[in-house]
Amino acid sequence: MQRITIDPITRLEGHGKIEIFLNEQGDVANTYFQIPELRGFERFCVGRPVEEMPILTNRICGVCPEAHHMAAAKAADAVYKVDPPPTAKKLRELLYSAFYVTDHTTHFYALGGPDFIMGPDAPVAERNILGVIHKVGLEIGGKVIQARKYGHTVVEIIGGRKVHPCTSIPGGLTKGITEEQRQEIEKMGRWAVEFGRFSLKIFNDIVLGNQAYVDLILGDIYTHHTYYMGTVDENDKVNFYDGMVSVMGPDGERLGKYAPSEYTDWIAEHVEPWTYLKFPYLKKIGWKGFVDGKDSGVYMATPLSRLNAASGMATPLAQEEYERFYSTLGGKPVHQRLAIHWARLIELLYAAERWVELATDPEITSPNFHTIPTQTPTEGVGIVEAPRGTLTHHYWTDERGILTRVNLIVGTTNNYAPISMSIKKAAQSLIHNGTVVTEGMLNMVEMAFRAYDPCFGCATHSLPGRMPLEITIRDETGNPVQVLKQFC
Amino acid sequence: MSGNGSGKPKFAMCWAASCGGCEIAVLNTHEKILDVDANFDVVFWPVAMDAKYKDVEAMPDGAITLTLFNGSIRNSENEEIAHLLRRKSQILVAFGSCACEGCIPGLANLSSSKELIETAFTGISTDNPQDLRPAYSWKAPEGELHIPKFYPVLKTLDQVVNVDYYMPGCPPESHQISAVIDLVIQVLHGQGELPPAGAVIGAGNSTVCDECQRTRNVKQIKKFMRIQDIQADPSLCLLEQGVLCNGPATRSGCTALCPSAGAACIGCYGPAEGVLDYGARLISAVASVIDSQDPDEIESILDGIPDPAGMFYRFNLAGSLLRSSKAAWKTNGNQ
Repeated sequence: MQRITIDPITRLEGHGKIEIFLNEQGDVANTYFQIPELRGFERFCVGRPVEEMPILTNRICGVCPEAHHMAAAKAADAVYKVDPPPTAKKLRELLYSAFYVTDHTTHFYALGGPDFIMGPDAPVAERNILGVIHKVGLEIGGKVIQARKYGHTVVEIIGGRKVHPCTSIPGGLTKGITEEQRQEIEKMGRWAVEFGRFSLKIFNDIVLGNQAYVDLILGDIYTHHTYYMGTVDENDKVNFYDGMVSVMGPDGERLGKYAPSEYTDWIAEHVEPWTYLKFPYLKKIGWKGFVDGKDSGVYMATPLSRLNAASGMATPLAQEEYERFYSTLGGKPVHQRLAIHWARLIELLYAAERWVELATDPEITSPNFHTIPTQTPTEGVGIVEAPRGTLTHHYWTDERGILTRVNLIVGTTNNYAPISMSIKKAAQSLIHNGTVVTEGMLNMVEMAFRAYDPCFGCATHSLPGRMPLEITIRDETGNPVQVLKQFC
Repeated sequence: MSGNGSGKPKFAMCWAASCGGCEIAVLNTHEKILDVDANFDVVFWPVAMDAKYKDVEAMPDGAITLTLFNGSIRNSENEEIAHLLRRKSQILVAFGSCACEGCIPGLANLSSSKELIETAFTGISTDNPQDLRPAYSWKAPEGELHIPKFYPVLKTLDQVVNVDYYMPGCPPESHQISAVIDLVIQVLHGQGELPPAGAVIGAGNSTVCDECQRTRNVKQIKKFMRIQDIQADPSLCLLEQGVLCNGPATRSGCTALCPSAGAACIGCYGPAEGVLDYGARLISAVASVIDSQDPDEIESILDGIPDPAGMFYRFNLAGSLLRSSKAAWKTNGNQ
């Protein structure tokens, strides 16, 4: 049987490898997306004091340490059954909102956006952030740097450090903010709102204004009918920091909502022996393999999923964009994976608006930012929405708060099955009767998983935009018959 | 970034088992990246440019002037890349805590590799009725699949190759990265000299305590406190308030960021100048603040430190004299 190997060689650690097998007719028989990494956090965190978790689990991912820092702090709150004061919760959410602006900016402008702004058929040398700057104008480069800088500045003011924040502890935070800092944060937030609007305008003008791009988004290659997951607030609106986890069915009917402590009733993780990563699925539906549909427990957790699983956005400008999104794409839920990029920009605008809301909250500068826990620690679950999916931390401790057991379901992991399915579908759609594989095919397959902003091994970010790929087609004896390269 | 033969000195940055935070820290130097681009031919930097492993293999040995290597050695693939870049680089820098001393993932050396894998595949949400484990080689119906072999213990970069310089921090602070880039550029222009081989660069020569703005009164303590159990005074030394702070053993260079934010130093800049074993130094520093001469009382005060192994060797276990726990060595063998 013929085999095609796609090695994303930017990931020298080997965080992902795609194997495509062709049958005798030269059609795709199967594909495997392998994750060859394990670091063992769930084991070596046992024995550590629970208040260490916000700084230990940061180091799972240096691209989104804020997500682990928050989920760990919330799980530690739950372990101690302590409710942090409102100021602490608002400061954490403020930090988190600024982080979201930074993270979504990086993805849209450097990773996913170039496919649209430059077009999927543009020369590869132009399909990157530099190409975007050339096409949209030099000022955009400055704006992207500014958005990243502002976000990191807020993370440092509240979290103590730009990378790997250190201030969240059980019961709240180790510090508050001054009025002077609040003013600075508010000013940057107002700029971020304008940046969010500007980003949506670019998407509107360049992508939605071009029928070929709209057709690409709506096309079948990138469409899957699965369940969708995302956290919602008490009004059923998208929330990144806190709330109930909502699950929407492929038919638009909600399966239900769960509180963090109920996650084991909802989620299970399927095991395959050819990869180090597990495949989460909906326990109530069951694992039926890598298949679409209402009877398959496969779900997705991305910006699009969050929009699908909620009734709207909690801020006015983002809500307008939410309505336009669904009216343009034909109602809820939206199944087209490439729409994740658009949904990401709506979330960026929401995060910026939320940043300003929290920065102008009268309680935000209160010195009441920590409640000393008084209960005996036992067990707790903390959930936040990481940019790449619902992030669950579950801890058990002894009566001194020393961890005895840890379970983590990390952002991108949620999407392992749907990403695998998207890769298979793209490959099946593009390879028939042993067609000679072209460079365009490489990009089309890559687009299938880039939409998810995958962060396997926690840093699959390739900043100027593209992930080098190499596809080797081998004959039955393993000799390469054709090698295709992109950016190699 | 040029990437072609421009005659400029060649620069590479590479990650092994890491979280990506080192790369983010480098990108956070913003315009300094342009200085790198102006002065170097960036030949390999997976996060920031398109490059290929095979291109590095094709270079003559020693072709790369400077390589910043972050991440630890968790599997055979990591080690292969370390050997390759060592061969191709004139100057190889262990960049960041993982490469220098193992960092948080080095705490895995307290467990055996079997336990690490076991835990991941038997967790409460894991659906694994056949009790499967990842197979290095697996015969799928369509053909054989392979994944890299997980090493018995996590290693630091200098445990597998010779390292020229060490740049500590988790991650190294951007102002320190900028200073190192400036220095290297000066050296290239004949306006400066490289530090002696084996030196720590991009950090200070004293301790985090020396950079810390908190007041120290050389006060001794009767009890250790957990950070969540107190409302700490924002201007007083945390150790004197009973919070285990790693400042006394930790190298300066970060500007005491964590203590400034109300949190204890966690030790990410590694051992201070002249310290052979980080944990041993911290234990002696901590012992000196204990206000008692009575062995029983001392023991009960020390019981207030809930996790000595994890807190004294938080970032440093893999690079310490201990390197791993007995349990890990016993089951894994001396590898």
